[in-house]
Order: sequence, then C-alpha cells, then structure tokens
Amino acid sequence: MQLEYFQLIDRILDLNIDEKTIQVEAQVPQHNTIFEGHFPGYPIMPGVLLIESMAQTSGWLLLALMKFERMPFLAAVKEAKMRGFVSPGELLTINANVLHEGSGYAMTEAKVSVGGKLKCNATITFSHIPFPNPDLRRHMDAMAKRVGFPQQAIAHD
Amino acid sequence: MSSTFDQVATIIAETCDIPRDTITPESHAIDDLGIDSLDFLDIAFAIDKAFGIKLPLEKWTQEVNDGKATTEQYFVLKNLSARIDELVAAKGAGA
Repeated sequence: MQLEYFQLIDRILDLNIDEKTIQVEAQVPQHNTIFEGHFPGYPIMPGVLLIESMAQTSGWLLLALMKFERMPFLAAVKEAKMRGFVSPGELLTINANVLHEGSGYAMTEAKVSVGGKLKCNATITFSHIPFPNPDLRRHMDAMAKRVGFPQQAIAHD
Repeated sequence: MSSTFDQVATIIAETCDIPRDTITPESHAIDDLGIDSLDFLDIAFAIDKAFGIKLPLEKWTQEVNDGKATTEQYFVLKNLSARIDELVAAKGAGA
C-alpha cells in the first residue's frame, strides 16, 4: 500500500472473469503520517481509505471485464458500513463482485476483511469511459504488472 | 399488470424521492423532475433490473451531444417508456 500515491492495492490474489469476482490484498503500513492525526494515541485506518480500497479493487475487476479498453471512475458509494477498526500493519483482504453492468456505468459490491473478520462493505457505482489518453492507459498497464494483474486479461492495441 | 410508464414512474418516485403524483407521461426527467445524470444511473439500474434490458444510455447521450436527437426523445417519460417497450420487444424477438 503506497498511501502517498493513493495506490492502495498490493496484489491481485484471484480474478475470475466468468464469475466477475476479484480478491486482492493490501498491507496497511505500520507507520504513516496519516496515523499521526487519525488519531493521536489511537491510530486507525480512515474509513474513506477503506472505501477507496474497495473502489480500487472493484476498478481492477471492471478493467478486466472491459479488457482495459475503458477506465472506470468512482461515481457513488452506497451503504458503506465501517464494521470494525483497522490498525496499522494489518493485512486487508478485499473482495468485490459485479452487481450490474449498465451502459457506461457499473455497480459492484465490495468488502474488506482482516483475518477473516469483516471490517467494512459497500455498494459502489462507477461511470466508465474510453481511456482519455495513452498516458493513463500506459500508467494502468504498468500498475497492472505491479499488482500481478493476469496479463492475458489485458487487450493490447 | 401495470403499464411501463407506471413502473417507470414508481421507480423514479422511489429512487429520487419524488412524489409519485407529480410524475406524468409528459414529465421530462431532467427538465421537469430535476433528475441529474448521477441519479439517472440509479434509475437506469432499476429499469435494467425490472425489465431485463440494458438502457443504451451512452448511445442516447452521444446522439444528443451530436445533435442527432433531442433529450425529449429519450427523457420525456412517455417516450422513455416507449423505448423500454422497444428494448423489451427486441430482447424477446432475439431470444
């Protein structure tokens, strides 16, 4: 997890195109300035970052389903529930599945667990558009390699 | 069995918290009911689910942006309902 770059996902553990599901893991850093303020003497992972981790997980799934031809962007978060604290150094397991694939948008369900214990979940809506420029596509290709995205799922020009 | 318009109006009322009796076949979803594009995604989701179709929102938006269609053709509810009926019929014909 590279919080400074807003890169929350470390590794894709499983990506099932047929079932439209994904599982990833993300290691919460032991030390980060975020924890100095959130909260002094009682560091916990901010809920908004847990939501972002579910959005990024869902994003990888949608990228796969759209064969890297379109880029999903976060549009709405519903029913986000923070069910337990996440502490520095904990390993997140994040699962997502597709709830609906519409025209230009998609909805997913996602959840974060630590050691098998559910920490949060949400229903997330994305709008998606063709990659707006080659730079972003190249960046996402590089990111995909970093997180172990199955390369056969990436369509190349 | 309720009409397509009735089903759409109920979806809009429940999704956007708009009084059902203010929604008529002549209502324009955007101009009259004040539904924005993000809220319309929720409506599209509910319509897709209820009718087993996929509203071609991107195509419609592109046609409007290109000046090939007006928003009234797609977002006045009687017209939207007619489009839904066409999509349902096309789906049935293709099955």
